Amino acid sequence: MALGEPSVDGRFGEFGGRFVPETLVPACEELERAFRSAWADPAFRDELDGLLRDYAGRPSPLTDCDRLSAEIGVRVLLKREDLNHTGSHKINNVLGQALLARRMGKHRLVAETGAGQHGVATATAAALLGMDCTVYMGEVDMARQALNVFRMRLLGAEVVPASSGSRTLKDAVNEAMRDWVASVESTHYCLGSVMGPHPYPWLVRELQTVIGREARRQCAERLGGDGLPDVVTACVGGGSNAIGIFSGFAGTRTELVGVEPAGGAAIGRGVPGVVHGMKSYLMQDEWGQVLEAHSISAGLDYPGVGPEHSHLAATGLARYEQVSDAEVIDAFQVLSRTEGIIPALEPAHALAWVLRDREALAGRTVLVNLSGRGDKDVAQMMDLLEG
Amino acid sequence: MTGWGPGGPGPLEAALRAGRDAGRKLLVPYVTGGLGAEWTEVVRAVADAGADAVEVGIPFSDPVMDGPVIQAASGRALAAGTTPDTVLDGLRRIDAGVPLAVMTYYNICFRLGHERFARSLVDAGVSAAILPDLPLEEVGPWASVADEVGVETVLLAAPTAPDERLVRICARSRGFVYAVGLLGVTGERETLAASATVIARRLKAVTDLPVLVGVGVSNAEQAVEACEVADGVVIGSAVVRRLLDGEGPLGVAGFVAGVRAALDR
Repeated sequence: MALGEPSVDGRFGEFGGRFVPETLVPACEELERAFRSAWADPAFRDELDGLLRDYAGRPSPLTDCDRLSAEIGVRVLLKREDLNHTGSHKINNVLGQALLARRMGKHRLVAETGAGQHGVATATAAALLGMDCTVYMGEVDMARQALNVFRMRLLGAEVVPASSGSRTLKDAVNEAMRDWVASVESTHYCLGSVMGPHPYPWLVRELQTVIGREARRQCAERLGGDGLPDVVTACVGGGSNAIGIFSGFAGTRTELVGVEPAGGAAIGRGVPGVVHGMKSYLMQDEWGQVLEAHSISAGLDYPGVGPEHSHLAATGLARYEQVSDAEVIDAFQVLSRTEGIIPALEPAHALAWVLRDREALAGRTVLVNLSGRGDKDVAQMMDLLEG
Repeated sequence: MTGWGPGGPGPLEAALRAGRDAGRKLLVPYVTGGLGAEWTEVVRAVADAGADAVEVGIPFSDPVMDGPVIQAASGRALAAGTTPDTVLDGLRRIDAGVPLAVMTYYNICFRLGHERFARSLVDAGVSAAILPDLPLEEVGPWASVADEVGVETVLLAAPTAPDERLVRICARSRGFVYAVGLLGVTGERETLAASATVIARRLKAVTDLPVLVGVGVSNAEQAVEACEVADGVVIGSAVVRRLLDGEGPLGVAGFVAGVRAALDR
């Protein structure tokens, strides 16, 4: 069984939906129609596949971590999304959405960004297709990811600080939605994860399934036996890289494990709520005020989670673990030292869980989605480790 | 206050229809609940200054339909410890003399539970609820509970909606129809957007409910212009900015009285 389509009202089980200001409802409906038509159109798929291959560098490799595996007694495979153009899996989604925006006749993209990877990817796609681009980014994140801010501006995008609330990803989403409410006739909101109002959680998932399709094929070629890893794991903020790789293994014997930051664990510590257009697990207080997440990783510093993950958690089709910032810092260094691969702090969460649960995982094969590279985090880690 | 039963208009709609029938243009100021120690005095003062109803915001952490002024007011009220309970307790203790509507975001209602939220509004003497992130397709479960308990659910209608959607929105809306005057979030604008009278006219063509324009109605002049077509206006940020600037109940009431006078002229 692959991951299914949401219901006509945009639900995965009880989660999802379209909880947006009335102004945006027709735009969400238009986007759903446009995506359905584009996704069924071989010409659109060919153009996207061509960009993914010739521009983004797909397929991304599958790397066996020999030294790390020997050290911890678990066979670790990495799906190398860090090797994509712009340094993360985000490019898979934005190339699809930018082509879709062009197909809808929209010439401007707005996006939110946390660590800056989605912002950089969106700015890149906008430059490639000659579109205008505005990226909202929390003030706190602009400070800790200054290089990505510069990259986006270099690519021709306008970067606007989100200065309300926690001044992180959550507030960047608010600002992007406010922009879209005012600009909806000319602008496509290029949402960066499997979250937000229907059809985004489904649309972004479909654009990220390329990770799972490739990984499934690569595992079949690489691994003996049934060609399946025992476990597939990925970090979860909104959850797009996780759902992308899960999609290739759903319905098989492979166990699916999402890893949340302890300070932003919507599934681990939240209860169902509604924000940013979707019903999903949400960190909130007793009155329904959304709590501020606190994670070392700007990309996972988010109190909510994509609705399909809530559904997978509620139905037991995937399970979700939490790791601490300290465990992440350790994993960041371990992979660098043993494999010569500096991971982004986000996928270092998934590695941190593997390291922590190495005894339970002993002798098994674990596929980790290495969703991005660590260049953007090096300055922050230098301050932390040597400052 | 008790439920008003199926079929007949609720207290908000009844009051607004009565005002319109009497030849009045309708004026609904917005006040952020919990903003300043005197906020309940502000509600009373704007009611006395000629409001036909008062919209009271229950502040939410992530108000995506609001611009900088109401965001700032919500943030300040929350930092001062405001909760849905403190707002409703405040409203319960006053008699504004006009119907009250609360405006908040759906998660506040969802978290408490539909039934409990609806009953807490009725207990506080609130007639209606405005939930701007609960569009037509999602409003059903809440609206059926609200109808039963006796809370009027006011729906928003935006310039982006095709005519057939406006018809469906008006059929489901209670109290009045909130015409979103422009593409954008709440906040003051230099001039009234052309879209304000366009959406009001489109709504007037398909409904007998009172049609009030809100979002981007900033002063008396713009209110008068909107009311050349609409039955009335909601004025939010212009009121709340004055509160943020330190104007007390009297100052804000003076502003509202000025709008009232202009509408009556």
